[in-house]
Amino acid sequence: MGKKSMADHALGSVKPSSSGKVSLIYDPRARGIFYQVLTVFLVALFVFMVTQNTIHNLQKANIASGFGFLEGRAGFDIGQSLIEYSSDSTYADALLVGLLNTVQVAIAGVITASIIGFIIGLGRLSQNWLIAKICQVYVEIFRNIPPLLVIFFWYKGVLSILPNAKDSLELPFGMYLNNRGFAFPKIIPESGFGIAVAAFIIGIVASVIVSRWARQRQMQTGQQFPIGWTRLGLILGLPILVFVVLGAPVSFEYPELGRFNLRGGSNIGPEFISLYLALSFYTASFIAEIVRGGIKAVPKGQTEAANALGFRAGLTNRLVIIPQALRIIIPPLTSQYLNLTKNSSLAVAVGFSDVVAVGGTMLNQTGQAVEIVAIWLVIYLSISVSTALFMNWFNAKMALVER
Amino acid sequence: MSKKLLSAALGAAILGVGAHAASAATLDDVKAKGFVQCGVSQGIPGFSNPDDAGNWSGLDVDYCRGIAAAIFGDANAAKFTPLSSKDRFPALQSGEVDVLTRNTTWTISRDTSLGFNFRTVNYYDGQGFMVKKSLGVKSALELSGAAVCVQTGTTTELNVADYFKANGMEYKPVVFEKEADATGAYDAGRCDVYTTDQSGLYAIRLNLKNPDENMVLPEVISKEPLGPAVRQGDDQWFDLVTWVHYAMVNAEELGITSENVDDMKANGGPEIKRMLGAEEGSKIGADLGVSEDWAYNIIKLVGNYGEVFARNVGPDTPIKIERGINALWTKGGLQYGPPIR
Ligand SMILES: N[C@@H](CCC(=O)N[C@@H](CS)C(=O)NCC(=O)O)C(=O)O
Repeated sequence: MGKKSMADHALGSVKPSSSGKVSLIYDPRARGIFYQVLTVFLVALFVFMVTQNTIHNLQKANIASGFGFLEGRAGFDIGQSLIEYSSDSTYADALLVGLLNTVQVAIAGVITASIIGFIIGLGRLSQNWLIAKICQVYVEIFRNIPPLLVIFFWYKGVLSILPNAKDSLELPFGMYLNNRGFAFPKIIPESGFGIAVAAFIIGIVASVIVSRWARQRQMQTGQQFPIGWTRLGLILGLPILVFVVLGAPVSFEYPELGRFNLRGGSNIGPEFISLYLALSFYTASFIAEIVRGGIKAVPKGQTEAANALGFRAGLTNRLVIIPQALRIIIPPLTSQYLNLTKNSSLAVAVGFSDVVAVGGTMLNQTGQAVEIVAIWLVIYLSISVSTALFMNWFNAKMALVER
Repeated sequence: MSKKLLSAALGAAILGVGAHAASAATLDDVKAKGFVQCGVSQGIPGFSNPDDAGNWSGLDVDYCRGIAAAIFGDANAAKFTPLSSKDRFPALQSGEVDVLTRNTTWTISRDTSLGFNFRTVNYYDGQGFMVKKSLGVKSALELSGAAVCVQTGTTTELNVADYFKANGMEYKPVVFEKEADATGAYDAGRCDVYTTDQSGLYAIRLNLKNPDENMVLPEVISKEPLGPAVRQGDDQWFDLVTWVHYAMVNAEELGITSENVDDMKANGGPEIKRMLGAEEGSKIGADLGVSEDWAYNIIKLVGNYGEVFARNVGPDTPIKIERGINALWTKGGLQYGPPIR
């Protein structure tokens, strides 16, 4: 007897299902379908009514509606943009600039938060009392402060007290730090630079192939191959070699002091830096706890078993503990990445032009609150869903493969 | 997502489900609740600014008190909602405030597609630039390459884009949502320039660490007629808000002040008596939806336009603004009240 028929049996104790002629009203499946259809219908009706009502009210209040405004000239400038943008661009372009800024700070934040989080998380498990305590203090501090305060700490407490452009802190290689941000030489590729980039890509592909081959060989013969060094050589060494052989085909544009600011070169503003650092440090405290929990959750017997098999400590960690811990770590890590992305909308507080800030400006100019809020929702939903999909894929890859 | 997003979404939801506020008779609502709810700035000295005890004062605040006086005969039957530049429009659209008396520029898009109505200008202004004296800049045309602090949701950020473009200059906008954050960033040296309405510049300068180290450049790059805004579709309320200002301007022209208003009401000429509700059988007040002594109450409790100007932003205040184009039309300015008859 399958599970289903057993359930039917239990439910059908009043009217034995064996009769086969149950009235539809008493058929749990039919009832289930009925309620689901009803729910969908009611939700659709609700959405329809709200939409109608909104449109009606907007018309009555003479407020413009529709998405046509996206084609209009934006008219405002944006301080930080990854793409070509001016006040002559459209509102749609402005939104794209904001979206890219959000994505940029989110990706940078996720990477940095993961690195710091792993280090701190491992540090908390350290045998060294001092290191463990320092890491614990880090977690307790950053986990318990609202992220907005962390942003302000960086923006007002650290970056805004740096010297002004005239007295910039000089760093090596023509880099400067001042209260307008971090300035560094702009790399201008010259002919031949593409070849070095190609060498880099070839190096990556080659290292993947070599790794595969090495693994297979080890499986078959048990012989190990110095794969770490080979990879390093292929991915970094090869392009550097090509680059040098070609006679370093780049030139630099150095930042120089203009009348007001450093001009030329590249510049990362304090708005981005403070948001990025704050999100990274804040989220890292949660990731650290997740990492610590994940490692702790791997039973001690695993370490002992590995030791018994004669694995050294490093190998035990790399081959036994961490792969198992990762399975526990990845799902909660996903929520932290999503949190970080959503927290990036705190950007408005320091004047970083993320999608919420830019959308807010548009909302104010066009008055089209409903449309812009809808766009925001769709954007954040898409970012979250893509992150979740990626992490699910990664999780599936890491999950226990039972043989 | 951020609080802002939520409040905007909420505004949208309110708009969707209960936007009846937009067409209802605002005056009846106001009378029923017993006070008028005005949207003001979060703190611009001289225009709308709370003191330590939370009492509001300023030119825009007095406009709101004038409305309260006209309706209730009580200048204190007014409540204030501080709004950032960005939040002010959703707040008015959704009915959170009855009227926006908050340094808001009358522009065609706000008058049409945003669904508002403007008619009176209680302060004629224009956009300017403030810089540190130590920069040695004498004209806005020297500002190419500068970092400019500006508040979002304003005409300011649009004008500055136009101005720099028209003059072939570059700049780096640093855009804040709150005036206090923008000011703080300018003060901390994040920007070389702070730009907003000139009135705002004079007011904000006072809030800087060292006001005297900063100066306002001579260029005025835009027209900023600042006045109250109401929702479209409620002519009665629109008329009332409009005539509060005209009553104050006409009172100044006729020499009626808060001091002499009783005397004027008893002994003034027909024009004065008509305005102050002392004319036999007049129904001006009734037609506006308020009592006949509405104008009397405004002048008595708040003052005429000249008094209000002098008290809040005039030469004897820390802000020290001359009447300039805000003088009466009879004195070479633009303030002109249509006849009350
Ligand atoms: N008149 C312009 C600008 C008005 C404006 O919002 N100015 C700023 C800077 S002076 C302000 O009042 N901020 C105060 C606040 O946001 O509370 C407009 O209507 O767009």
